[in-house]
This record gives sequence, structure tokens and C-alpha cells, in this order.
Amino acid sequence: MYLKKNIATSESGFIFNPSSGDSYNVNPVAAEILQQLKLGTALAAIKENILKDYEVEPMRLEQDLEDFMNQLKEANLLEN
Amino acid sequence: MEKSDNLITIAVTGLNAIDSPGPGIAVIRALRDGLAKPLRIIGLSYETLEPGIYMHDVVDKTYQVPYPAAGSDALLRRLQYIHEKENLQLIIPNFDAELHNFIKLGPVLQSMGIATFLPTQEQFDVRDKINLFRFGQQHGLTVPKDKIINSIAELNSCEETLGFPLVVKGKFYDAIVAYTMEQAQKAFYKLSAKWGFPIIVQEFIDGTEINIAVLGDGNGNAVSIIPMRKLYITDKGKAWAGITLEDDKLVKVARDFVNATNWKGGCELEIMRTKKDDLYIMEINPRFPAWIYLTAAAGQNQPAALAKMAIGEAAPVFTGYEVGKIFIRYSWDHITDIKEFHQVSGMGEL
Repeated sequence: MYLKKNIATSESGFIFNPSSGDSYNVNPVAAEILQQLKLGTALAAIKENILKDYEVEPMRLEQDLEDFMNQLKEANLLEN
Repeated sequence: MEKSDNLITIAVTGLNAIDSPGPGIAVIRALRDGLAKPLRIIGLSYETLEPGIYMHDVVDKTYQVPYPAAGSDALLRRLQYIHEKENLQLIIPNFDAELHNFIKLGPVLQSMGIATFLPTQEQFDVRDKINLFRFGQQHGLTVPKDKIINSIAELNSCEETLGFPLVVKGKFYDAIVAYTMEQAQKAFYKLSAKWGFPIIVQEFIDGTEINIAVLGDGNGNAVSIIPMRKLYITDKGKAWAGITLEDDKLVKVARDFVNATNWKGGCELEIMRTKKDDLYIMEINPRFPAWIYLTAAAGQNQPAALAKMAIGEAAPVFTGYEVGKIFIRYSWDHITDIKEFHQVSGMGEL
């Protein structure tokens, strides 16, 4: 899954969709995930990176990541 | 005042601010920003409490002009007087209700040396609210269903064809969303008393409000297209804050409109974007909107571009604009005094 090319993000977690004018703020971990999505990193690799850098149960991460991706999809921020 | 050969004198209407600002001050601000020549701005006002009359750093001199209902002859006589004093080179009218008169006077104003840059009467009429649905169908543009009515009895049948909620609209301005027949009737009486007939009853479309400022060159080309999403909407439905957008679909709708009409001058497309991403054209306003300065801020100064084309310069070539540029409107109490008010109300100029 990829973030749409025109979505603007900042390292601090601000997201701007120039097509809709919508903007969002995400927490630091989500900001990191967004940066990786922008680089085209596969979800599996993103999971690995988070597990390496943070103390989190894999199942919990799986669930949270799925929730986050669904939110991005709902917000129309992901490529079809 | 010493006149320079380079001086350009432009008359502008729409200096009002009650209940929401007219486009005039924003147009003047864009002209002053974007025209690299000495500029003299002449305000044309209808009422004595239009703030632009008293803003002497924005408007150099103001003359009252007759209301549109007085007709084009009365307007011409007044413009002849003003032209004698000021040597106008261009007039930019900014009210729907006055455009018919200015369009009609276009050729005679031209003969006096005063340019306008306006659509033809035919172009003006084709996007009129009462013709909009038909126009949309003819040109493949999505427009909400509507009914044009002249009596309260006709309103009753709207429930069957359009359902509730529906939108009751005045001939020139104002739109009221009605959720019941009672509300629709109240809106009908209110708007017909204010603006006359016909009344337009339109299908209610749920979605995000987006407006597009467009400048057409009269030859089917859109010189500039700037879409804006309303970030804050007043209880009158006006944008009090907005942000520029980047969206090919929105640009295409605007381009298709200009292409279909050969639109000449400024205009504003009021769009509703549904959750299914359909773009409905709700209204087409035949002049610059009050938020027009945002186009200058974003890098495509539409009023300045119009002025350049009107005085015979080539249309500017815009290659891009800043997305995410925001306007946030505020209110400022301008201070003047009874001496100035007396001058305007008594003498009709300041």
C-alpha cells in the first residue's frame, strides 16, 4: 500500500491532502510509519522496523497498524 | 494631482461589507499588488455605508452611481460625468445585479475610451440560475435538478420532484435550505420579497463546498483556474476561511465551462463535492468572488490579469499556483466621521 503521491507530510506528523484541503495530525510513531510509506517501504518491513525500535507485542502492533491503515484509507490518503 | 502618462484609472464596484464583503476591495488589493504601473482607483458605490468609500489608502475617490433598477441610461449619464472628471480606462463591475447594465453599455463605453472585460449577454444568460440545469445537460456538466417557480402554489409540487431537504434560491443572491414545506414557504416569501421572481428551488446536494475562481479570455481559454475549499462557513453560507486545492477534476470542470461558453472575464463556480466524488455545479457567479485576493496570494493574480487583457496587453501565462494557501477573513472597524459621511450622502462623491 502506498500513500498517494501528492499527500504532503512532515516529520512532526502533519498530513495535508491538497486535493481535498483536509489536514491531520498523527503521533510520532504514526509519523514514522508515514515516512516509511512515502518511501515505498512494504508493510511487512515497516512492522519489522517498529518491532526492532519499540517495545510492543507483535499482535498489538499488527492490530494497531491495521487500524491506522484503515484510517488512512478512510481519509482517502492511499493509492487505490 | 499630477497625472503620469503611465497612469491607469480603474473604476471598481462592490465596496460594501454588510452582511458579507463585496469583491471590490479584494479586487482593488489584487490590482494594486499586481499591476506594475501607477494606479488610480475610482470607487463606484450604491450606498453611503460602503466601507471602501472611506478607505482612502485603497480607493482614491468614490462616486455614487444609480441602482441597477434605474436602468442603463441613468448609469451611462453618471459614468459620463465621472469619466469627464477622471478619464477612466477600465471598469470592473462586481455585482451580479449590475452586470446586465454594464454589458449593455460595453460598446458605448468602449467608444468613450473605457474598457470592460465582460461576458456577452448570451454568455451571461446561459449560466443564469434559471438556465443552469439545461446548460449543464447540454454540456455534460453535473448540475442539481431544479424547478423555476413564480408562485407559492408551484412550490408544493417541488416536494414530489425534489424531496426534502431542498434549497430555495433568490434570483440574484441568497439560498435557504428548507427541511419542511413550512420552511420552504417562509424562504419563498422572504426571497421573493427581497429579489423578486422567479424563485429557484433546487435539489439539495450533500457534500464539501468548493469554489473555483476562473478567468476566461473570451476565446474559450481559461487563463487562470484556482479551486478553494471553504474551511469555515458563516451562517449565510459564505467562506470566512478557505484553502487552495490541487485537483485535476476541479480544474477540468472549470475548463469545460469556459470552453462551452467562451467565457470572458472573471467568474466563480460553486461546486459541491459528494462523498462519491461527484462534482455538482451549484451556481456560476458571473464576476470575481469576495475571496479573489487569494488568487493573487497563490500566484495567479486574476484581477491584475483581467486588467492587463482589458487594456490590450497579452494574457499572462500562468504555469502554477501555490496549493495550501489559506485566507482567513477578519473584521476591522474603519473609523471615519460625519464630515465624510455628509460629503457622500449629500454630494454623492468623496
